[in-house]
This record gives sequence, C-alpha cells and structure tokens, in this order.
Amino acid sequence: MFANLPYYTVVALTIIGFATVLLKRNLVKMTMGLNILTAAVNLLIIVLGFRAGGIAPIYTMAPQTEMVLPTPQALVLTSIVIGVATTALLLSFTMVIYRKYGTTNVDEIRELRE
Amino acid sequence: MISPFIWNNAVVLTVAVPLLAAFLCPLIGMFTETGRKAWVLAAAAITSALALFTAWKVYTYGTWVYVFGASVPNLTVPADSGGIPVRIMFEVDAMSALMLVIVAILGFVVILYSTMADDKRSGKAGYYTLFLLLIASIIGMVSTGDLFNFFVFFEISGLASAGLIAYRVEKGRAVEAGLKYFLVSTLAGIFMLFVIAILYGQYNALNIAMIAERMQYTSLDKLALVLIIGALATKAGSVPMHFWTPDAYGLAPSAVTALLVVASQASLYGLFRMTFTMYNLTLNAVTVGWILIILGVLSMFVGVTMAIPQKDVKRLMAYHAISQTGYMLLGVGTGLAVLGNVAMMDAFGQMAMEGGIFHIINHALYKGLLFLTAGAIIYRVGTRDMNKMGGLGHKMKWTMVFFMIGALAIAGIPPFNGFASKLMIYESVYLFNPVLAIIAMVVSILTLASFVKVFHSIFMGPQLPEYEHVEEAPRPMLWAMGILAVLVILFGIFPQHVVNYLITPAANALIDQSGYITAVLGGV
Repeated sequence: MFANLPYYTVVALTIIGFATVLLKRNLVKMTMGLNILTAAVNLLIIVLGFRAGGIAPIYTMAPQTEMVLPTPQALVLTSIVIGVATTALLLSFTMVIYRKYGTTNVDEIRELRE
Repeated sequence: MISPFIWNNAVVLTVAVPLLAAFLCPLIGMFTETGRKAWVLAAAAITSALALFTAWKVYTYGTWVYVFGASVPNLTVPADSGGIPVRIMFEVDAMSALMLVIVAILGFVVILYSTMADDKRSGKAGYYTLFLLLIASIIGMVSTGDLFNFFVFFEISGLASAGLIAYRVEKGRAVEAGLKYFLVSTLAGIFMLFVIAILYGQYNALNIAMIAERMQYTSLDKLALVLIIGALATKAGSVPMHFWTPDAYGLAPSAVTALLVVASQASLYGLFRMTFTMYNLTLNAVTVGWILIILGVLSMFVGVTMAIPQKDVKRLMAYHAISQTGYMLLGVGTGLAVLGNVAMMDAFGQMAMEGGIFHIINHALYKGLLFLTAGAIIYRVGTRDMNKMGGLGHKMKWTMVFFMIGALAIAGIPPFNGFASKLMIYESVYLFNPVLAIIAMVVSILTLASFVKVFHSIFMGPQLPEYEHVEEAPRPMLWAMGILAVLVILFGIFPQHVVNYLITPAANALIDQSGYITAVLGGV
C-alpha cells in the first residue's frame, strides 16, 4: 500500500491536471493544469527510476561499481527545462491576449471562429 | 572534394549548423542588416546542402547510424553497457532521408522567400532565430533514433512554430492562433513524455531500435500506442484533432506556413516510424491500419468540405492541407492494414505505401508553392479576403502561372506530381476496398472545384481600379516559387524515376523493421 503511494500521487495529479485543462476556462488556470500534468509525468519517470537500496552514480563516493543508471533523472531535468520554456511562452501569449482582447476567458476569445 | 570531416559528420552538422546560426543571428543583426540576411541565407543553403548530402549518402550506402559522444561514431553498443545502446544516436534510414530531402528543399526555399517577403517588417532578429530553430528541430525529429531525443525536438518544433505563428500579432488574432496551436502541442508533448515513461519503465531503453526488438505488445504498450497516435496525428493536423490547423496556417506569415506543412509532416513521419518500426508486426495490424485509414478518410472529406465555403485564401488552403494529409494516412494505413500478409502486400500494400509516402513529398512541394503564391498575393494586395480580390492575372502573371501549377497538382491533374501519387493511391486502395478509392477520387474532384473557384475569384475578371498599381511579386519570391514549380513539374513528368530512387527504398525501410534494428544492435 505505502510502497505504491507515489503511483497513486501520479494518478491523482494526472486527474487534477486533466480536469483543470478541460474544465477551467481561464488561460492562466489552464496553464497551471498543463504544469500539473507535466509534474505528474515527471514524477512517474522518477518513481520508475527508483531502486530500493540503489547507489547513486557518483563515482568517487560509490562503495562498489554497480550503480543506478541516472537516465530517468536526466530525462526529468530536460523535461523540466522544456516545461519552463513552455510555461513562459504560454503565459506571454496570455499576456498579449489580455492586452488585445481584455479577457483571459477562452470562451470569449473567439475572434477566429468563422 | 568533400573533406573527411564533413563526410563523416554531415548528419550531425545538419542540426548543428542551423542551431548555431539561429542564435548568432540576433548578434549579427545588431551590426548589419544586410549581413544578417546573407547569414541566414547562407545558413539555410549550407543546411540544405548537408541534408541533401546526408540523404544521398544514405540512399547510396544504406542506413547511417551516428552515436553521440562515442569514441567512434558507429559504436552503437559499448562493451561495458550490458548490451544496451546507452548513448543518444541519430539513425537515418531511407525514410528519414526522404524527409531530409523535403526539409532541404523547403527550408531553403522559404528562407529565400522570407528574406524578401518579411523585409519591411520589424523584429527580424527573433524571427529568423525561430525560423532556423524550426528547421533544426524538424531535421532532428526525422533523423533521431532515440525516443527521448525525438520528444525534445518535438517540443522545440512546437515552441518555435508557436512563436512564429504568433509573431505578427495581427491585433491579437495571430496570438490566439498561436496559443491554440501551442496548447494542443504541449498536450501532445505530455502524451509523448508519458509514452516514454511507459516504454522506458518496461524495456529499460530509449533507443527506438532497442525498444522495437524488445516489444511485447502488452496492454501498457497498447495504451502507449493510443497516446502516440493521438499525439502525433494531432500535430499532423488530422481530423478530428484538426481545429488548430486552419487558424495556425491561416495567420502565420506565408513563409512560415509553408514550413509548418513540413513540421506537420515530420509528426506524420514520427507516427509512421513508431507504428512501423517500433511496433511492426506485434501490433494488431488490421485494427491499427483501419484506424489510420478512418482518420485519413475523415480528414480528406471534412477538410475538403470545410474548405469550399472559406473566404480567406490561406484558411481555405489550410483546410485543403488537412484534406491532403488524409491521402497520406489512407495510403500508408492501407499498407499497415495488410502488413504481414505477403500476398496482399505484394498485390497492393507496397504500392499503397509508396503512394502515401510519395504524396508526402509531393504535398510539401505543391502546398508549399500554393502558400507562397498566397503570400505573394497578400504581400502585393494587402488583403486575405478573396471576395475583395479580382483581375490580378493582368498584373501578376508569374504568380498566376505558379498558382495554376500548384492548384492543378493538388487536384491531381496530369502531368503534375499530385496526379502521380494520387494515381498510385487510387489503384492500390481500389484493390483493398473500392469504396475508399471512390471517396478519394470524389475528394479530388471537390478539390479541383474549390481551386477553380479560387482561381477565378483571384485572377480572372476585369482589372479592378483599386489594384491598378499592383505589381508582380519581387524577384526572390518569384525564384522561390519557381524552384518549387519546376520540381512539381519534374516530379510529375518523371514519377517513375522518383519512385525508384527515393520512394521505394523509403517504403521498404518502413516495412523492414529488422533492418532498422540490425543497424543499431548488429547482426543477431
């Protein structure tokens, strides 16, 4: 039960993230939802990479040569960096839209529906 | 003649050159405006030359695997790695090489076009940085042999495209289109990351060849497949996830739109690569094949019917782009549906796939040409509304000729290239299921009808007084369109040569999963 707690967290975060993206009409909140979704997937990768009793791959400190492969951590680092860029761009779009249209509600942003 | 350095490293330089050029672009622009123009053009030309060279080498010597950070570039599985290809690698086979040819042609042409079309606009520093980044990311997407690397380039292409779509704010409308595109693209990216988590958790590998070899098709893999199809079909602009396409294609600057078509096709390539190379026979070929076919038929039909009532010339062309994507999905989906059935594969599956793949390159050429002509018209006339245009044939003769070539090619009229690939799709799909072939033909006729109307309302009729001073498009734009028009005609007149040299090896590369795996893991 307790060992699977991280996975339950992943599921909960995914549901919260999806619900936020799909149900909220505010662009800032939708951006938050996307961030929560990204966090869920990042957590999933980290949890998958966890090995009980594993040894961190710091060569000078390791007691033996068998160490955990740090690929998942590297993936998540990259993914976090991408997430920051994504969020920055989304928020700057939101800013421009608020300046031009005076709203951040997606239902009112409908200049393009013809 | 070619130095050994380039000979050995060209495949990486295709990504490195535009990346470096992209970020030096604002710096050079601070000192000289003309210098930046020359710099961007030179970067695009060198990238295209390297990409064409890479493609040529792959077609001549076979799949090219390049491992990053290894002592020798072809050391795929280091001795102490326990048999797992731990390093990131590029793996360019004939299918990737075909995509490289497309990027090479379109990348150079749109930059050439853009140096003139966007000459008078402001903010060129960031514009060309994003432009070159987009080219680099597309090249990366089609050459990589690593799933996570694919995701990274996928996200870069999403970021760069969204930035470019929204670049000319257009009273906020372009930003709205960019935002719509980017929300969808980010969601697709999260799906891809989830797929990576699922596959890495099961197979301890990120290398596409390694995953392909270990693929079990468990229920988790089925979930991953659904997410892959969802994410990549969305980014390719297929119905029912097509809603971003008309906005984004319609409001992006025309040179960008032409490149966005290629970016969408890179996603399509990703879809084919994952289904054929990673899953191949383990998946339920008939079901997944039919899913692709249904997506294709829906895209064809919805795209063309939505295109007919449009008034905005670029929006109309965007709907046609959706419709044409359907042909590729139909052709390759038919190939997938009969994968593993040797008799049916020989009878029509191979040909359907070749038709679908041939249509990718043809579509890039004529759709690129059409978007560029639309851009030239908007550049001179200043409106996108076709009801306000008319009689432009008197002044813009060359643009009219190029538009005609593109329109006849997209409608599948001989002797242009669209006819060649569509004929292959009709013939082969008819043997698979006659109804599908008939739908494809009807869509083609509707496309022709739509473009006849567009042609008439833009170019025909008496010269309008408000367009008395309209001139022919500037030279660099005409050259850019001319290159594409010549290729459209050449591909239409000599389809057999193109199919033999470019398309058949590409289709075989997709079908032949073991070839892709062996190139990385060595003979088993």
